[in-house]
Amino acid sequence: MMHAIQVNGLTKSYGELAVLQGVDLTVARGAVVALLGSNGAGKTTLVKILSTLLTADGGTARVAGHDVRSEPAKVRAAISLTGQSAAVDEILTGRENLILMARLRHVPDPRAVADGLLEQFSLAEAATRRVATYSGGMRRRLDVAMSLIGDPPVIFLDEPTTGLDPQARLEVWATIKELARHGTSVLLTTQYLEEAEALADRIAILHQGRIVVDGTLTELKALLPPATVEYVEKQPTLEDVYFTLLGASQEGTTP
Amino acid sequence: MSTHLLPDTVALTGRSLRHVTRSVDTIITTVIMPIAMLLLFVYVFGGAIQTRSASYVDYLLPGILLITVATGVSYTAVRLFVDRSSGIFERFQSLPIARPAALWAHVLTSLVANVLALVVVVLVAVLVDFRSPAGIGAWAAVAGMLIVFTLALTWVAVIAGLSASSAEGAGAFSYPLIFLPFISSAFVPTDTMPGPIRVFAEYQPVTPIVDAIRALLAGQPPGTDLWVALAWCLALLLVAYAAAMATYHRRGA
Ligand SMILES: Nc1ncnc2c1ncn2[C@@H]1O[C@H](COP(=O)(O)OP(=O)(O)OP(=O)(O)O)[C@@H](O)[C@H]1O
Ligand SMILES: [Mg+2]
Repeated sequence: MMHAIQVNGLTKSYGELAVLQGVDLTVARGAVVALLGSNGAGKTTLVKILSTLLTADGGTARVAGHDVRSEPAKVRAAISLTGQSAAVDEILTGRENLILMARLRHVPDPRAVADGLLEQFSLAEAATRRVATYSGGMRRRLDVAMSLIGDPPVIFLDEPTTGLDPQARLEVWATIKELARHGTSVLLTTQYLEEAEALADRIAILHQGRIVVDGTLTELKALLPPATVEYVEKQPTLEDVYFTLLGASQEGTTP
Repeated sequence: MSTHLLPDTVALTGRSLRHVTRSVDTIITTVIMPIAMLLLFVYVFGGAIQTRSASYVDYLLPGILLITVATGVSYTAVRLFVDRSSGIFERFQSLPIARPAALWAHVLTSLVANVLALVVVVLVAVLVDFRSPAGIGAWAAVAGMLIVFTLALTWVAVIAGLSASSAEGAGAFSYPLIFLPFISSAFVPTDTMPGPIRVFAEYQPVTPIVDAIRALLAGQPPGTDLWVALAWCLALLLVAYAAAMATYHRRGA
C-alpha cells in the first residue's frame, strides 16, 4: 500500500541550528494529518522539504510515491502548496490569479475553472478587483482556492487559518473537510489544538526536531490528564459566545 | 516537464507585463531620468562641449540610450525580488512548470519594457533636433545591438534580484551601470581625459558600444567598434546568464 507521504529520519539544519533531527511521519492516502508545533518548531521547514522547495540534509521523504530528492518534478505534479503567508499576486485581480494558476497547471478551460472557484469561495463579487484591495481573509480564501486547481492528490496547507476571523476559518475548515471527502490527502500545520481536533484523522506534534506524539485524537487525549482535557474543552465556549453574540446582533439588524 | 517551457513562459510573461502596464509610475520613472539627462546635457552643458558631431544631441544619444537600459533593468531586479519575498515565486516553483519559465518571464518582460522606453527616449531626442541619415540596415543594427545589450544587463539584473536581501539592494546594482557611461566616450571625447582615466575610458565596454551606435546613426561605417561592442555584449550575456542560472538552481531545490 503506497502512502501519500512517507518521511523517514529526515534531518535539516540551517548552519548551526538543527531544526529537524530525524523526523518520521506517515500520511495515509486520503487522510488529513495535522502537524502541531510551537513557533520555530520546524513545521514550515518540513513542508518546504516535502514540496521540493528545500533539500533535506539526511533521511528520505516520498510524496505520492516519488522521492522528493530524485524525482522532484513528479512530486510537483502531484502536490499543491498553500504557504504560510498568502502567496497571491497583488497586482492581478482574483480572477486573473486563478486563471494564471490554471494555465500553469495546464488544465483545460482555465476561465471556467476560475469562475467555479470564485463562486465556491464567495469571491465572485470581488473577482475583477485587484487583490491589493482584498482583506486578509479574502486573500487566504483565494490562496486556498488557487491550491485546489488541477485536483492534486496531496495538498500541503501551512497554517491555513492564521489571521482569519472565526467565520472565514469555518469556511476554510469546510473546504478541507470537502477535500478529505473526495479522497485528497492533506498535511496541514497549525498552532490551534481545536483546528487539529476539528479536521484531522491523526495529529502529530513536532517538538525539538522530532515527532514526539503521533496518533488519533482519542489516543492523544488518553495521554493527557483529565484536568487538561477540561481546559481544552472550555476553549470552544469562547467561540460559542462570539457566535451567539454575532448571531444575535445579526438577527437584531435584519428584519 | 520542459515540454511546457513555451506555454509556461507565455503565461508568466503575461502576468509580469501586467505588473509593468499597471504601474504607470515605473514606466515614467524609467524614462524620466534619461530624458532629464538628455535635456540637461543638450541645453546646459552641450554648448561648452566640443565634439566632431554636427550637433551635440547626435553625439549624446547613444550614451543616453545605454543609461535608459541601465535604469530600466533595475526595475527587473526589483520585480524579481518582490516575487521572491512575497512567496509567489515559491508557489510557482512548487508547481509542475518548466523551471526556467519563472526567470524567462522576467527577462522577456524586461526586454519589452526597455524597448518601449528606448523608443520614447528616441522620440524625445527627435523633438530636440536629433537627426540621423541612417538607413533601415543601420537602424536594424542599432536595434540589434541595443537588444543584446538589454539582454546582457537583464541577466545581470536577474542575479541581483535572486540574491538581494532587500528591494533597495536589488535595484542598487544598476548605479555603477548608470555611472559607467560618464567615464567613456558617451558625453565627451576621451582625448581630453587625463592618462589612466583615458585608458580606462577607452578600454571599458561602453566606449566601443557608444562609438559603434554613434557611427551607425551618423550613417558612417562603424568599423571594428561594432565587433568589439558585440563581443563585449555577448560575453557579458553568456557570463551573466550562466551565473544567474547557477544562482537560481542553488536557491531552488
Ligand atoms: N532560511 C533560514 N535560515 C536560517 N534559519 C531559518 C531559516 N528558515 C527557518 N529558520 C529557522 O528554523 C527554525 C524553524 O523554522 P520554521 O519556519 O520551520 O518553523 P515553524 O514551525 O514553521 O514556525 P512558525 O510556527 O513560526 O511558522 C526557526 O528557528 C527559524 O528561525
Ligand atoms: Mg511556519
